[in-house]
Amino acid sequence: MDGNKDFLEFVYSFNESMESKDVKLVYKGEITHQVTKAFTSITETNMMVAEESNSVQKKVFHVIVEFLQNISKHADYMTNEESHEEGSGVFLLCKDDDNYVITTGNVLLKEKENAIANVLDKINSLDKEGLKALYKQQIKEGRLSEKGGAGLGFIDIAKKTGNSLDYKFVPINNEFSFFIISSTISRTQNFD
Amino acid sequence: MEVIKIVGTDDTPSVTLDVANEIFEISGRSLPEDVAVFYEPILDWIDRYSEEASGKTIFNFKLVYFNTASSKMILDILLKLEEMHEAGKDVLVRWHYPEDDEDMEEAGEEYADIVDVPFEQISYSLD
Repeated sequence: MDGNKDFLEFVYSFNESMESKDVKLVYKGEITHQVTKAFTSITETNMMVAEESNSVQKKVFHVIVEFLQNISKHADYMTNEESHEEGSGVFLLCKDDDNYVITTGNVLLKEKENAIANVLDKINSLDKEGLKALYKQQIKEGRLSEKGGAGLGFIDIAKKTGNSLDYKFVPINNEFSFFIISSTISRTQNFD
Repeated sequence: MEVIKIVGTDDTPSVTLDVANEIFEISGRSLPEDVAVFYEPILDWIDRYSEEASGKTIFNFKLVYFNTASSKMILDILLKLEEMHEAGKDVLVRWHYPEDDEDMEEAGEEYADIVDVPFEQISYSLD
């Protein structure tokens, strides 16, 4: 049973890898409303035990909700691979002494890359006042999309965390990329 | 008019719309699975109410959390209240926020900037 032994070794190194990156919670699969509720609930309990400030707790909660909602509404899927179901992706919550870092990844049609990159570059170029103005413009003009998103999530996350959104598109093939986005919430810093 | 009384859950707010007792309030957490399905009956109710409203309407928001999908629906409610105000009805929005919650306070300020309706910000203690 060499294959099985390899797998058990893999589990050990997987655990080591997660520890080395301070990963506290990881999930891969379909993102449903129930999954979102489960993660926010676990994280809230952990943050209360860790005695995080109300402000940090609410910001972490908000980023989890918005990131997971994005995946459930916008992730694409590759029909030739069973492992990629609609609305599925990977979710990681990391915590070190200074920060919470929440990261998600999902399959995306390459043709959507430019539009998303443009929005994120614009958000990352703005200061707090600029983000407030963009938020106001978007909430007034943006209609709820067919899938229920208001196009406000990324803007609001940048505004509330005070940190830029790191992102990357990793090419999978000619048609699809893997979209990774990460938000950092300071555990200590004042947000003003 | 019929009374709307929705008991809140960990992802949907409590809602009371009660003309006879002059209670108009949305409170708690708002991150419903489908915001349109949750908020449509509320928006419809306010539409019908706005035609017959005679007394003072004090609409209380006492939310502790809402996601961005809900923020658009909250604006839709406020826009209906703005229409009532512009039609000469006596309307006041009271935006309650936990005293240590700057994001919720700021959300109220932003709404007050966007809609033209009498708007009060009220902080409260969670204890």
